[in-house]
Amino acid sequence: MSSLSFIDVSVSYGRSVAVTSFNDTVHPGEWLCLIGPNGAGKSSLLRAAAGLVAYSGSVLVDGSPLNLRSARRRAALVAHVPQSPAMPDDMSAFEYVLLGRNPYVGYFGQETKQDRMMVQRVIERLDLQPFAMRPLGTLSGGERQRLVIARALAQEAPIMLLDEPTTALDIGHQQQALELVDSLRREHGFTVVSAMHDLTLAGLYSDRLALLHQGHCVASGPAQEVLKAETLSEFYGVSVSVHHEEDGTVVVVPRRTGPLA
Amino acid sequence: MIPNKELQLPRSWWMPMACIVVGCAFLFGAMIGPAGPVWWRVPGELLDHLPWISVHSGASKLESTVLWQIRMPRVVLAGIVGAMLSLAGASFQGVFRNPLVDPYLLGVAGGAGLGATVVIVTGRAASSSWPIDPLPLAAFVGGLLAVLVTYTVGSAFGPSKTSSATLVLAGVAVTSLATALQTFMLQRNTDVVRQVYSWILGRLSTATWGDVRLVLPYVIISSGVLLWHRRLLDVLRVGDDEAQSLGARVTRIRLTVVIAATLGTAAVVSVSGLIGFVGIVVPHVVRLLAGSSYRRILPLTVLSGAAFLIIADIPGRILSDPAETPIGVVTAFLGAPFFIVVLRSRQGTSR
Repeated sequence: MSSLSFIDVSVSYGRSVAVTSFNDTVHPGEWLCLIGPNGAGKSSLLRAAAGLVAYSGSVLVDGSPLNLRSARRRAALVAHVPQSPAMPDDMSAFEYVLLGRNPYVGYFGQETKQDRMMVQRVIERLDLQPFAMRPLGTLSGGERQRLVIARALAQEAPIMLLDEPTTALDIGHQQQALELVDSLRREHGFTVVSAMHDLTLAGLYSDRLALLHQGHCVASGPAQEVLKAETLSEFYGVSVSVHHEEDGTVVVVPRRTGPLA
Repeated sequence: MIPNKELQLPRSWWMPMACIVVGCAFLFGAMIGPAGPVWWRVPGELLDHLPWISVHSGASKLESTVLWQIRMPRVVLAGIVGAMLSLAGASFQGVFRNPLVDPYLLGVAGGAGLGATVVIVTGRAASSSWPIDPLPLAAFVGGLLAVLVTYTVGSAFGPSKTSSATLVLAGVAVTSLATALQTFMLQRNTDVVRQVYSWILGRLSTATWGDVRLVLPYVIISSGVLLWHRRLLDVLRVGDDEAQSLGARVTRIRLTVVIAATLGTAAVVSVSGLIGFVGIVVPHVVRLLAGSSYRRILPLTVLSGAAFLIIADIPGRILSDPAETPIGVVTAFLGAPFFIVVLRSRQGTSR
């Protein structure tokens, strides 16, 4: 179990600023969900934590700065699942999940038998055995998403960064993928930071939401506090009605603004 | 393209099979040729040269010399050149994630061609008394210089030092520049066009053991480094970003592979001339037959590249005897139809 802290993290690409002094601490085992309109800086923040973009400020894992660690050591602490992962059509599913072991293999080394057995266990845990030897190009969207999560799991990193893990999936597979992440989180005590577009799902699965707007964090807290009709209309420019279910779930439903036919 | 499971032999079969193919190619290469012993005497003659084995092959002294001083260095050099070009091609395709890339692309070919042209134009006669032949040296240096320029330009103007597209574009520009300079020099010295042209089309006919000794150290170092990167090339297949998030140091890997492949290619090109097509066609055929993992592709391309060039060198010797058909023509002539056939047959079975 590890905590992840952002201290004054800013990300800019040339002159355009993507994230401005983001501060937050994600506690061990907590699930923080970043929400906000397109271009708000959600992906940039996740990419900074994964060491893929230069940033100012510091990202700390258990109190020690991440950028002082070697690439492999960092990868053993933080697993990043990109928005649209590159999945070579002719790579087998097993080979793909095996890539997750890279942080534990030396520059000129090869994966050991333990690495392969570990990957085999991950594949069994996620019920992927039927596809293990199939090329990625023959798999469906839902199967691919599970494989990407399997690769992150094989990485054995205590912190998982998920960049819109459900965008390409239908509602059933969305639920399946998020349930999977949630159960793995409880099983292994992962700390999860995800960026998500579906506000209802974001509120349903995460412990806490952080709303980003033009690189600034404008609201943070549990779903009941952040998901308010007026807040969402201010930052998303959207007209919604927010319903509170009896079990505490917050449901965000878009409202039609034009005249009803 | 998706490899068809049923058509793929078990993994363990590929290496022994490739070894057998190389062995056969080697024997054929040694047996066939205009002069020298009758073909069935060759295996005996070869065995005779192994330590502690004495076989009376019945070949005359002259025939034995032809076999050992003319045919064998040629076969061995063909094997080394073929293996190096194919391995470098497969590595480049991996590190740039582009199936159409080979080491010639970053300027090795253009630079080496320019270097060779300079030497031929300024007069080989003047240098005939030199202790070392300046032609391979100039080709080697020209090739390395061109890639150095490509890399400097590519990383200076690219959006980031890891951008592979910029590097490839810079390579195209450097190659064009070198070719233009070469054409200009030839334009002014039309008497050497034939000589330069025959170098460009590749030659193995003048191979000696000296050539083999010259390239072997570079080839061994280069292939060693490239083969050691085979697992990392698999990691790079998911793209720079994801490879980096998995802990791979993408820039360093790419630089190391480019340097190693360039060094090996420049070395073999300096003695064999520009033999085209090998670096693209051999890795692709291997990929189509044995799957797409670089752990399997790299060792297999070494063996099949060697076999391919040894076999491609055979028709050149006998087709237009006593003149030679340039090896570069033969590789394209044999390789292209074979490649098309393989592509077609795969298309029918995949998906």
